Amino acid sequence: MTKVKSLADLKKLKDNLQGQLKLREKGLDAGSHVQIKVAMATCGIASGAKGVMDFLIEELDKRNIEAVVTQTGCMGYCYAEPTLEVTKPGEEPIVFGYVDIRKADEIIEKYIKNGELIDGIIPQNYETIQNK
Amino acid sequence: MSKYKMHVLVCGGTGCRSSASDSLLENLKTEVEERNLEGEVQVLMTGCFGFCEKGPIVKIMPDNTFYTQVKPEDAREIIKEHIIKGRKVIRLLYENPETSEHITDSEKMGFYRKQIRIALRNCGFINPENIDEYISRDGYMALGKALTELTPESTIDIVKKSGLRGRGGAGFPTGLKWEFTSKSPGPEKYVVCNADEGDPGAFMDRSILEGDPHSVIESMAICGYCTSSNKGLVYIRAEYPLAIERLRIAIGQAREYGLLGENIFGTNFSFDIDLRYGAGAFVCGEETALIHSMEGQRGEPTVKPPFPSVAGYLAKPTTVNNVETYANIPPILLKEPGGFQQSEPKNRKVPKYSPWQEKSIMLD
Repeated sequence: MTKVKSLADLKKLKDNLQGQLKLREKGLDAGSHVQIKVAMATCGIASGAKGVMDFLIEELDKRNIEAVVTQTGCMGYCYAEPTLEVTKPGEEPIVFGYVDIRKADEIIEKYIKNGELIDGIIPQNYETIQNK
Repeated sequence: MSKYKMHVLVCGGTGCRSSASDSLLENLKTEVEERNLEGEVQVLMTGCFGFCEKGPIVKIMPDNTFYTQVKPEDAREIIKEHIIKGRKVIRLLYENPETSEHITDSEKMGFYRKQIRIALRNCGFINPENIDEYISRDGYMALGKALTELTPESTIDIVKKSGLRGRGGAGFPTGLKWEFTSKSPGPEKYVVCNADEGDPGAFMDRSILEGDPHSVIESMAICGYCTSSNKGLVYIRAEYPLAIERLRIAIGQAREYGLLGENIFGTNFSFDIDLRYGAGAFVCGEETALIHSMEGQRGEPTVKPPFPSVAGYLAKPTTVNNVETYANIPPILLKEPGGFQQSEPKNRKVPKYSPWQEKSIMLD
């Protein structure tokens, strides 16, 4: 077990441990990060949403983008699975369809990093009871 | 770095445990293991969330979903619906009593909305039995800062300027108390933590000790540094078995990391903490009675002076502070002088907590 012999030791230990609680801290402050919801209902899972979600979690971390990746139920776009909804802080959410790993990479590089819109956006054409 | 996608936090405070949160925790773990999700979903026990009336509480992160009154048999539904399919279990969400709306984010609940958590900053967020989680929330940074960058005098000065007053109820300025002990002559001095919480319905000390025991250990060491004492004693009532257990674990971990013991942070300051158990006499929460009880004498108050800062435990200078007072110290040192002055109005006549509802001031 590491013994803490100086303040520098403690700071180093803290930096190494930071990852442990990041998920919880981000959850408290989700509004200020990019939020990505992956549709993980049966339709999504069957089309490979799990792989896409794992890819997003790993890559966003590697590319130093602060994002909260969560899963959600079926959004109703079963024909276009896997789907994800990306909400950048202060912006309207955008839903992308047919997201495979290549597409997920494009979304990170173009939309999340530079705000460029790319193919595959599903226009929001419904209202929910909350909007009424 | 962990690859967890989700953290499931289950309240492990006495309130929720008495409503079977421990078997709920077991059930959640089993459900997760049965589905081979243990690499993706971390199920852990935390300290008290404070909302004991609706316990057991389960919080899911990063979705920030707050489930109330969860029974052990609900574990399966939470894992199947929320964790696997991403659908929130509506019937377990908190229902706003005024509008009958279901609330997922605890910060939008009336109970939590007005709170700024200082002493309870880590309760319900970290695993109290894991020192690493405390360290990653700036734990022991304040002790490190005091020992390596500040003198005892300037540390006392910061505590004085913060305006922190004794949270046990009497509201005596904490910095001033520390100064008195530091100025009392003598090679042997003591730091005492009063955890003999006995007021009906008051559980703030228990919540802190069960949810964030390291914050008390860290501050007692800081107090030891300020008053040049090397020995800390926690007087805790034996009716708090869980708090005692967590405190023991925490002290053991702090010793293992070298945060208690000889030459802390490579300085020549040494400090260690022992526990003393109260046998359940309400009066022993009074500091002179508490000291007599620790000495093995009859737990009866004596007239002051002499104050404990002059002649306390074994007639040596002793600083006695309440649990919650200690829990407030690390943020004060880390937030620079005056950081928390706002939450302590100058002319406050009533202590922050009191067992009577209409007189309790949580935040102004």
